Amino acid sequence: MSDFVSRAFGGRRRPPEGLEARIPPGQYYEAGFPVLTAGPTPRVGTGEWSFTIDGMVGAARRWSWDEFHALPYEDVRRDIHCVTKWSKLDADFRGVSLDTLLDGVEPLGAYTMIHSFGGYTTNLSVDDITNGKAWVVTEYDGDDLPREHGGPARLLVPHLYFWKSAKWVAGIRVMDNEEPGFWESNGYHLHGDPWREERYWND
Amino acid sequence: MERLTQDSSPLAPRTPGRWQVGTITEIVQETPHVKSFRIAVPMWMPHLPGQHYDVRLTAPDGYRAQRSYSIASSPLDEGTIELTVDRLDDGEVSTYLHDVLVVGDHIEMRGPFAAYFVWRGEAPTLLLGGGSGVVPLMCMLRHQRRTEPNAQMRLVYSVRRADEVIYAPELAAGDETTLTFSREAPAGWSGHCGRIDAELIAASGIDPASGSLFACGSNGFVESASQLALTVGFAPERIRTERYGPTG
Repeated sequence: MSDFVSRAFGGRRRPPEGLEARIPPGQYYEAGFPVLTAGPTPRVGTGEWSFTIDGMVGAARRWSWDEFHALPYEDVRRDIHCVTKWSKLDADFRGVSLDTLLDGVEPLGAYTMIHSFGGYTTNLSVDDITNGKAWVVTEYDGDDLPREHGGPARLLVPHLYFWKSAKWVAGIRVMDNEEPGFWESNGYHLHGDPWREERYWND
Repeated sequence: MERLTQDSSPLAPRTPGRWQVGTITEIVQETPHVKSFRIAVPMWMPHLPGQHYDVRLTAPDGYRAQRSYSIASSPLDEGTIELTVDRLDDGEVSTYLHDVLVVGDHIEMRGPFAAYFVWRGEAPTLLLGGGSGVVPLMCMLRHQRRTEPNAQMRLVYSVRRADEVIYAPELAAGDETTLTFSREAPAGWSGHCGRIDAELIAASGIDPASGSLFACGSNGFVESASQLALTVGFAPERIRTERYGPTG
């Protein structure tokens, strides 16, 4: 660890009292919900939306928008952490657990590539999206998920940096080897644990 | 005129460096709210135009704040980088950089990072900048001027008012830039006013069928600029965007 101290720096945006332990290293408390996207925001109508799980699986599955909404929904309140340094606490989403979606699919590989409308990809291990760790959400803060935040549906993997929570999510491909997704090919960490500051390559 | 050889351009993304302590060698007040900081970097490595550095401040009690800032200087400036920073009134790091730092001060930093919003020498290229979103685009333009002066690169730069134009003299020294004032044009201005529109993009002379486009600014600016770029025919895979959040 560096022992460098910045001359005349006191810190003027410390987290609110009592919330310090929920802000990972290098992050700051943000009350809003900033938007970050690598390209134009895709327009995905619910009529054309579907969610697919395929690749190395025992039984591939696909849900239309209506079929997806017949699945059991969960309220998900979690802290989210963006690699651009902001953390938002107690963000309220609603969606379907990946445990529900993967039930009966029988993943045969240990890795996945998440893919989105618009071409975005991000890699996640099966371990990182099972056992109550990941959801496909369609509602935020009591309303439809806004398009700029990934509507109609995005992945939510709150224990990893938020680039893993792919917007406009279209499906999961199960694979038996680990390959980097979009940001992971462009300088960002393969795994992305905010508590270990896994921001960039070699962190 | 400096020119990169086939061997050194395009530059491959490299493993970023570790935290290191740079020294401020020059500070330029670009506009009332924007300063450029020239920093001598001991473990300097060449960046790709469009990449950023992380800056970290540490208080005596160990409290830390980190932010990312785009590099404004060409990677041909060996040993130094320039970071241009917009002062956000409620910001923590940008206010420190603006209000505290003087030449000779030390700053902890790490980079360069990210290999997506980067210019690798492709042409023709259209740059769309809103406010301080011009910073990584200026890095591209500076590098293009020094390495591929004959490559077609144009910048359409939207600012609210005349006193918000960053790099004004340097932009005026070339003919790549079209300015538009979205709120208030200076007295006697006969150029463009209002937001970037299809007419301005067409006037840039960059052919959407073959051109690449980089848009950087606030989320609202980038959203409308990138939708406009799609409308006039730029392919989605050749539109790259960087959104500056209201954070600092």
